[in-house]
Amino acid sequence: MTSVADWAEPNPVTENRSGVIGKGVDRYEGALKVSGTAPYAYDTVAPSPPAIGVLVTASIPRGRVTSVDVAAAEAAPGVQLVWSHLNAPKQAPRGARANPRSQRASNPALASDRVEYFGQTIAFVVADTFENARAAADLVKVEYAPEPAVVDFLASFDQATLPPDEEDVHIGDFPGAYGAAPVTIDETYFSPLQNHVQMEPCATVAWWEGDKVTVHTSIQMVKGGQHALAETLAIPSTDVHLLTRYIGGGFGGKGQPYDDLILSALAARALGRPVKVAYTRQQMFHGTIHRPAVSMRVRLGAEPNGRLTAFAVEAVTHCARAATFTEHAANFSRNLYAAPNRLTGHRLVRMDLPHAGPMRAPGEAPGMLSLECAMDELAEKLGLDPIELRIRNEPDIDPETGKPFSIRQLVRCMTEGAQRFGWERRNPVPGQVRDGRWMVGMGMAAAIRGNFLLPAKAGVRIDADGTITLRQGMTDIGTGTYTILAQITAETMGVPLSQVKVEIGDSDFPPAPGSGGQFGAATAGSAAFEAGMNLRRALTELAVGDPNSPLYGGPAEYVTFENGVIAIENRSETLAALVARAAPDGVYVEGSIAPAADARDYSQHTYGAHFAEVGVNMVTGEVRMRKMFGVFAAGRILNAKTAKSQITGGMIWGVGTALTESNAVDPRFGSFVAQDMAEYLAPVHADIVDLDAMFLDEADDKANPMGIKGVGELGIAGAGAAIANAIYNATGVRLRDYPMTPDKVLAGLMAKGL
Amino acid sequence: MRPFTYERATDAQAAVKAVAENPGARFLAGGTNLLDLMKLEIEAPTHLVDVGRLPFAGIEETDEGGLRIGGAMTNARLAAHPKVRERYPVLTRAILAGASGQLRNKATTAGNLLQRTRCDYFYDTTKPCNKRQPGSGCSALGGPTGYGAIFGASEACIATHTSDMAVAMTALDASVETMTPDGGVRTIKVEALHLLPEATPQVETQLAAGELITAVVLPPPPLGGQAYAKVRDRASYAHGLAMVAVAGGRVAFGAVAHKPWRAAQAEAALAAGASPAEAAAAEMAGADADDRRTHKIALVRRLAAATIEDAGSAR
Amino acid sequence: MRTTITVNGTAQTLDVDPRTTLLDALREHLGLTGSKKGCDHGQCGACTVLVNGVRINSCLSILAMHDGDQVTTIEGLGQPGALHPVQQAFLERDALQCGYCTPGQICSTVGMLQEAADGWASRETADLTAGISLTDAEIRERMSGNICRCSAYPQILAAIRDLAGEPA
Repeated sequence: MTSVADWAEPNPVTENRSGVIGKGVDRYEGALKVSGTAPYAYDTVAPSPPAIGVLVTASIPRGRVTSVDVAAAEAAPGVQLVWSHLNAPKQAPRGARANPRSQRASNPALASDRVEYFGQTIAFVVADTFENARAAADLVKVEYAPEPAVVDFLASFDQATLPPDEEDVHIGDFPGAYGAAPVTIDETYFSPLQNHVQMEPCATVAWWEGDKVTVHTSIQMVKGGQHALAETLAIPSTDVHLLTRYIGGGFGGKGQPYDDLILSALAARALGRPVKVAYTRQQMFHGTIHRPAVSMRVRLGAEPNGRLTAFAVEAVTHCARAATFTEHAANFSRNLYAAPNRLTGHRLVRMDLPHAGPMRAPGEAPGMLSLECAMDELAEKLGLDPIELRIRNEPDIDPETGKPFSIRQLVRCMTEGAQRFGWERRNPVPGQVRDGRWMVGMGMAAAIRGNFLLPAKAGVRIDADGTITLRQGMTDIGTGTYTILAQITAETMGVPLSQVKVEIGDSDFPPAPGSGGQFGAATAGSAAFEAGMNLRRALTELAVGDPNSPLYGGPAEYVTFENGVIAIENRSETLAALVARAAPDGVYVEGSIAPAADARDYSQHTYGAHFAEVGVNMVTGEVRMRKMFGVFAAGRILNAKTAKSQITGGMIWGVGTALTESNAVDPRFGSFVAQDMAEYLAPVHADIVDLDAMFLDEADDKANPMGIKGVGELGIAGAGAAIANAIYNATGVRLRDYPMTPDKVLAGLMAKGL
Repeated sequence: MRPFTYERATDAQAAVKAVAENPGARFLAGGTNLLDLMKLEIEAPTHLVDVGRLPFAGIEETDEGGLRIGGAMTNARLAAHPKVRERYPVLTRAILAGASGQLRNKATTAGNLLQRTRCDYFYDTTKPCNKRQPGSGCSALGGPTGYGAIFGASEACIATHTSDMAVAMTALDASVETMTPDGGVRTIKVEALHLLPEATPQVETQLAAGELITAVVLPPPPLGGQAYAKVRDRASYAHGLAMVAVAGGRVAFGAVAHKPWRAAQAEAALAAGASPAEAAAAEMAGADADDRRTHKIALVRRLAAATIEDAGSAR
Repeated sequence: MRTTITVNGTAQTLDVDPRTTLLDALREHLGLTGSKKGCDHGQCGACTVLVNGVRINSCLSILAMHDGDQVTTIEGLGQPGALHPVQQAFLERDALQCGYCTPGQICSTVGMLQEAADGWASRETADLTAGISLTDAEIRERMSGNICRCSAYPQILAAIRDLAGEPA
């Protein structure tokens, strides 16, 4: 097994001779996307015209379907089939895993009369056109036997339990230290239920050829989708060809298969023709996962000098009754600040709501909204600058595990950010700065997000014309995967970018875990790098072993790859010439990456600092951002342009989290109040003013051979807290209930007599 | 969406007749609200009469010194019109505060006035709603959000009218001109066009079946400044939590009632020499709300005071 | 029912269900899948196209309403190798991530720049009787009918700024 020490050796990527690593090259698939010619799942042209499927969903949160009247729907124009649990094709039971190596288990649709959440698929209509299918779906009449449902999170804390296989983490004597601390904070923060609202609703086009099904779908995990469909249909995964080449946003919400995938495949088989299915925007809200609400109690005890002596972050959250997902909102706090006496943990309420699941930076995104405000509150109590308070609690080693950090530049993020943002302009006394009817304030927050490396493979081939094609069962959900894989391959092989092709999103290709947990670039990219290194070895062997090559006889250890040329000092030929002559059918090799044996000996994270300036309207309580700046340390940056897009996108999610985004559960009905994009308020362009970010120079040689880390989730971590702290600085109103909408802010202003 | 037949009207009177005589027929102009609702089967017309290309898309001076705006004129062109911008800035401001550039390019003057509520429970067809399904109940009442009317609500309905444009037109004392099924022409004040919900919230205006709004007539601009203000959760492209239009001594509120709300008490107070804050308070004395909506009373009071003040300092 | 429209310069006669939206007609009947369905209710802007040069949400129109109209979709603006200046600016500024809202953003930009050139005001226009100066705030407000969940807004602004020049 490899050790992280092996990764410290220089290699083509870290040497970066052609300079393509880090360069802000244009997005690989950008021209297709700006011209509308990148085919997303529902755009796929099937071999013959597809029939259209539409889902029918439950209108109660819990109970049984007692009758389904499909007569009118079946008789409607163009209708080809109407399914409910009564007549849907038999599928493997939920959770079944015929192949123990399947990455996902069976996930049947229409499997029983049970309704487990509002919006669950309970019937399915296929017709010749979308117009006919949608109209027929509205003709399906369903009767229910409702059962009592637990849907009110804040009223159900008495049912909270420890998540499975999890204990609270106690270090030292938190109660004793907290009781003895001269300065304390004990506050509870609330982060609401949120929806992913990817621009592209879930969609699949499916067709069969013999026993094999082809599905073009929108999913972040290629193997997960392929295996789930195979397990559900009880067929070998080799009979499922899954493609997901362009994905209209994921954010964690498309990490799993949904009913469009299963039902389109089943219906295509039943009808003997292609079938395509898309969720409506409304169906996305309940029918796919969401970020659960989290209530977080933070207790801090400190010496007058600001040193933390007692530290507790306790989170209560919820998940669907039948599921096991936990929003680990306290986890991040275990690695952030030094304090000898600590308590962190989670409680979970099982509810009859749709499935909670991962959404961009699960854990950190809601979690940091609590602690990073509590630190602000403590700083004020101590009369310290919030940055100084954090510096005074900067740990030398991981505060919980005692392990060394692989690299940690949090303090530099804060100090560099303070300078560039102009933090010295901040008046530490809240409510002092006015601009007409606007009260103006500034806030900051730290950011931390774990870094991960998962096992992955990649394949790379070179053809006789010198074209190098990287193939991987990886996805690009807007993250820039295509682009960075091209850059890594080009730099590893010493060829211009124009000579590299990237093909991903296909279950026939060597598997990678997909996009999620900001592990994508490091994981897929490292496998691509290793594949490239193997191709270098193969080509070296080919050249030094070929009597017709100028490199014949070696020595192999002196071979270089630059500008599309393989050389030993002044003996050289182009890669194209070598391959055309010595391997006219091309050369294909694979490479793989796996976590190093000693990777867990280090505490490894990405870090950042957010700075925000907001205006609060004194009349209305409206909050508008005026400026935001973030500084981040996230390993070597592969592409300055796409990485910055990722990180600022995350920051903007933080703005939405702080100001507009939430969904309420109506406890009377067990459904979400917001069910479309007019009611669920993701930020619009006008919400985002003067927002920018930068990365510190960094290479984390404990992370992977390239020293890179993820950037997809770091940007949201802590961003909302910086806004909340700025609102406090502007007004003196401390809100702990996100999002900070005008009604809450105005109530706070009025309570202060403003 | 239920099947329907479609015809493009070439003659207004024939269009009016076609809709008046067919209970399943509806006028279609911009379609931005009707098609939205049809996709959810909240509206299910069996026949659409497209009046979008009838010659009601222009704007002309009236003999009284006001403007006559064609009912089919798009919101964008109305807002952009130089005479509107110069003489009725409150109307331009109100229109530009609503929806998006794309929607304003499609939505029409008449359609905007007749847009239906954005109440979440009106849109969620799995829930009781007296407006959508008379007699089924009001789900918004007692709901978990602070949504709802604070003036003129009933036990049957607390939905609000969310047009921005209509609030400005109310403050401008505008009227609609209609073509009636019997061939007549009727003039109705915008502030009287919409009804309070009472026991029949499904009846939203005093228009008869088939009655077509052909124009909105603005009287000459009032003396005094004009101002428009809108509060919303998002900086743009969001329905208002509260809107206030002021034109001279006239004041109207939006998103507070089943109709654009003319703030007559505030106007009376202003006429009697009250301060903006006093005038706003005078109107809000008549507001009524449950606990979840009390914040809205404060919000509208503050917004009204500030907007009256702004109008006073405007030209 | 039969409707004739000109799409990207080519006259097309379609005989479709009256319920067919302009968006679905483009996507399902003409194979122009660049215009995207994000919400189907005019709440996201991904379906934005230009009709007679004016930007609209193609999901909130039925095809029949557009008999005789000139429609320009993202495919009609430019193609790889011959991109429209707005497409090129979006590519260079990385004003996209997942790309699903991008065709709508680009069509909206083309329409918006024309509206500004025609002197149309926005909510951010301070003086309604003066000409339009496309400040950053003006651009942000005018582009707010196109939601980008990946949140490429700063880059979209930069791309449009490249095209619009500095504010007067």
